[in-house]
Amino acid sequence: MAVASTDTAIRTGNATRVLLYLVLLLFALFYLLPFGIMVLNSLKPLSEITGGNMMALPEVWTLDAWRNAWSQAQIGVEPTGLQPYFWNSIKMVVPAVAISTVLGALNGYILTKWRFRGDTILFGLMLFSCFIPFQIVLIPMARILGITGLAGSTAGLVLVHVVYGIGFSTLYFRNYYAVFPTELVRAAQIDGAGFFRIFWRIMLPSSGPITVVCVIWQFTNIWNDFLFGASFADFDSQPMTVALNNLVNSSTGVKEYNVHFAGAIYAALPTLLVYIVAGRYFVRGLMSGSVKG
Amino acid sequence: MAQAAGGADFRTRLQHLIPKIVLAPSLAMVLVFVYGFILFTIYLSFTDSRILPSFNLVGFENYVKLFKLSHWSIAITNLGVFAFLYISICTVIGLFLAIFLDQKIRGEGMLRPIYLYPMALSFIVTGTAWKWLLDPGIGIEHTMHLWGWESFAFDWIKNRDYAIYTVVLAAVWQTSGFVMAMFLAGLRGIDNEILKAAQMDGASNWNLYRRIILPQLRPAFLSAFVILSHLAVKSYDLVIALTGGGPGRATELPATFMYSYTFSRNQMGIGASSAVIMLMTIAAIMVPYLYAELREKK
Amino acid sequence: MSFLKIENVTKSYGAVEVLHQVDIDVEEGEFLVLVGPSGCGKSTLLNMIAGLEEISSGEMSIKGQVMNGVHPSKRNIAMVFQSYALYPNMTVAQNITFGLEMHNVPKPERDAAMNKVADMLQITQLLSRKPGQLSGGQRQRVAMGRALVRNPDVFLFDEPLSNLDAKLRVDMRTEIKKLHQRLGTTIVYVTHDQIEAMTLSTRIAVMNGGYIQQLGTPKEIYDNPANIFVASFMGSPSMNLLAATLRSDGARTAVEITDWEGKPVVLPLMEAITDVSRKDGDRVILGIRPEALTDPDGADRNARNVVTVSNRIDVTEPAGSDTFVTTVLAGGDVVGRMRADAAVVPGQTCDFAVNMDKAVLFDPETEMRIR
Repeated sequence: MAVASTDTAIRTGNATRVLLYLVLLLFALFYLLPFGIMVLNSLKPLSEITGGNMMALPEVWTLDAWRNAWSQAQIGVEPTGLQPYFWNSIKMVVPAVAISTVLGALNGYILTKWRFRGDTILFGLMLFSCFIPFQIVLIPMARILGITGLAGSTAGLVLVHVVYGIGFSTLYFRNYYAVFPTELVRAAQIDGAGFFRIFWRIMLPSSGPITVVCVIWQFTNIWNDFLFGASFADFDSQPMTVALNNLVNSSTGVKEYNVHFAGAIYAALPTLLVYIVAGRYFVRGLMSGSVKG
Repeated sequence: MAQAAGGADFRTRLQHLIPKIVLAPSLAMVLVFVYGFILFTIYLSFTDSRILPSFNLVGFENYVKLFKLSHWSIAITNLGVFAFLYISICTVIGLFLAIFLDQKIRGEGMLRPIYLYPMALSFIVTGTAWKWLLDPGIGIEHTMHLWGWESFAFDWIKNRDYAIYTVVLAAVWQTSGFVMAMFLAGLRGIDNEILKAAQMDGASNWNLYRRIILPQLRPAFLSAFVILSHLAVKSYDLVIALTGGGPGRATELPATFMYSYTFSRNQMGIGASSAVIMLMTIAAIMVPYLYAELREKK
Repeated sequence: MSFLKIENVTKSYGAVEVLHQVDIDVEEGEFLVLVGPSGCGKSTLLNMIAGLEEISSGEMSIKGQVMNGVHPSKRNIAMVFQSYALYPNMTVAQNITFGLEMHNVPKPERDAAMNKVADMLQITQLLSRKPGQLSGGQRQRVAMGRALVRNPDVFLFDEPLSNLDAKLRVDMRTEIKKLHQRLGTTIVYVTHDQIEAMTLSTRIAVMNGGYIQQLGTPKEIYDNPANIFVASFMGSPSMNLLAATLRSDGARTAVEITDWEGKPVVLPLMEAITDVSRKDGDRVILGIRPEALTDPDGADRNARNVVTVSNRIDVTEPAGSDTFVTTVLAGGDVVGRMRADAAVVPGQTCDFAVNMDKAVLFDPETEMRIR
């Protein structure tokens, strides 16, 4: 749907075009600079940041801040750096993304190809759950996690992210399968394939694009989550975002800006990487969250 | 719908059941963890829960207290200011960038991802970057001074009256590129022949946009509004990372209010009632929108 | 006992009945076409035969076995879909054998069956391709191959030719007819194209509004339509329907219409109508097909009752093989079909030969045929 044709019927004069490019470049700068100079300054020793100009290139190029942020910075009680939290996030994100995507695919398949009375209402209920302010579920969720013994564990966070992620993954697959020809399913039924076989042999092989979209979306969302991590994790299971916030906003000691920056970049790296590799799909995912399929 | 005529064989009946069985766990999760929890929180908002949930009903006491708290009225006012500016600035920037990018721009393929990448970042990362840029002692103000513009002052983040605008700035930085992408997709979806016809009719570029193109972008405007407004109400991480709600209470939002009242100040009843208000705000926007979207598809 | 029996079958969605009391008996080897405008219920009926939609009431049986509630794959039917419904991720060969695989047919047998079918349909060279790499006509063949390989009791076709361009459609039509003649399998075929219905079928069921309007051989349907709907739906250009008055003196019957100037014209009928309640002066609707309204030289020589009427020509449409002319009779436009080289000029008056052998009468109120 996006970016299909760049052929526009509108013509503009030369002076206007110069202005156009100027505005567009200015905005490019606006989006690039904050993260760009953060990267630049993470390569400086602290003295150059506190004493110097943030726009200046480093006089001494150093990876100390990066090493420090990864393995030495004091975040919890121990000076462990962000490393363990990075792995916490990975351990949380991978199963949560996998489970919510599989469930979303099955739900989307059922809601489009095995329709029953009331299915649209059920879908509406799932869809609305994507948009609720999560504050409304924090208190009971904390209780349930406490009762089930999942509080403070990675498993608990996985559960939370799956529960609040299936709305979106169902949305993606439903919209995708809605335009998938139902005649194929009927042909397979006549051929003698059942529910799971049709899913496995007919639907899934054609679901590559939407799976990528869904995985990227869930990955970005869950990796970047802060509220649930801050509410339900303890020191051993804290995800990266929470650890980064603790690092940056800890009030004790000297503010080691370069270490903060390096930490922020570590936290941003996985999602940025995904974005660079599969940015096209990322845009499509953002879009289908809003525009009907 | 099935008055399953007599002899449906086992396999056929099973085939009708399997989809419902497979859907059941997801449905149960959503019903319990979303709607059940919503009901539970609504219930709590009518109780005298403090540090732990209590089941002692007190009527609307929490809501009455809530709306008497200056802390809450600050949070609401801030949300109003924040949401209004965030939504309108994002829409304006997004719309103009999309229109500009739609003029056969060379290097569009380079610019688009640059505009969009902030959306991939965590609000904590965004907050970390902007907190430092906005810090007058070390960020932009400091740099301007070093460059010789001694009178330049940009200390909003330390200023109670202006701090909320820094939250707007960082949030706009993060999301406006996404709004651009939505509008761009809308623009690309408009039939070129209509534009050519309008040009034949002698419409100027200005009129072309005002009379032909913008009206056709209505769905994009609506989607942008819905997405942005729900993001605004949910905003939490950015405030925590950027200002921590300060200086003082200058950047408190309902989301931060709810968290601190529930978990730090042990006023769970009041926290729950504030969450209910947040939910109602979002529902007022989302429910009509989803209803219309799902109806159309039928 | 008939091969495929549809007895008193209805379909309702909630309180809305969309298919009313359908009764059709199909003999083994028949080629039944369900034809009608979109929304007439023909596809719903086909899907019910396939088992893709449930039967609300009534009974459907194949070879004497009741099929209500039986899973589609257990009815020993095969279906060709409008979009062909080829599995995009599988090769042509996998598409064709998927059904056999699902029925646990061993691989050697599957391959043998596939090769036979591929040979018959001349798609052997396509077997390793994916559907995306095929042209419309090739996809159509593969879809038929997938149905054939199952060796079913009944073939179901759901508008299989509607996605093809005009020329290919005619070729494939012939191909399907050949296939039916060769295999002799029972076929139920849905289309909205009356020419397909006429050319392919051994019997036609014309449907409208969820009712079977008429069930009969192509000739019966064309020459003896049961009502105005069937008369105007079948045939192209469609049958001319003229407001007429019945003239009867006891022995002979005629209808009176007006010509382009409004002067009365009396057209005698070949046989007196048997319906005794019809009297002199009754309003009726006269149906005349364009080919029964020709130039005198083009009139059917075997016709017994040809009346010549002089009328002004308004529009001529040369179509190569014929020339269609529009003229005004009984206050409305009527279309006649002349020989290609008939000397007709718009605005001039010429003689029309009206073949009253083929004329039919309808009741203007009930729209039913008057016999």
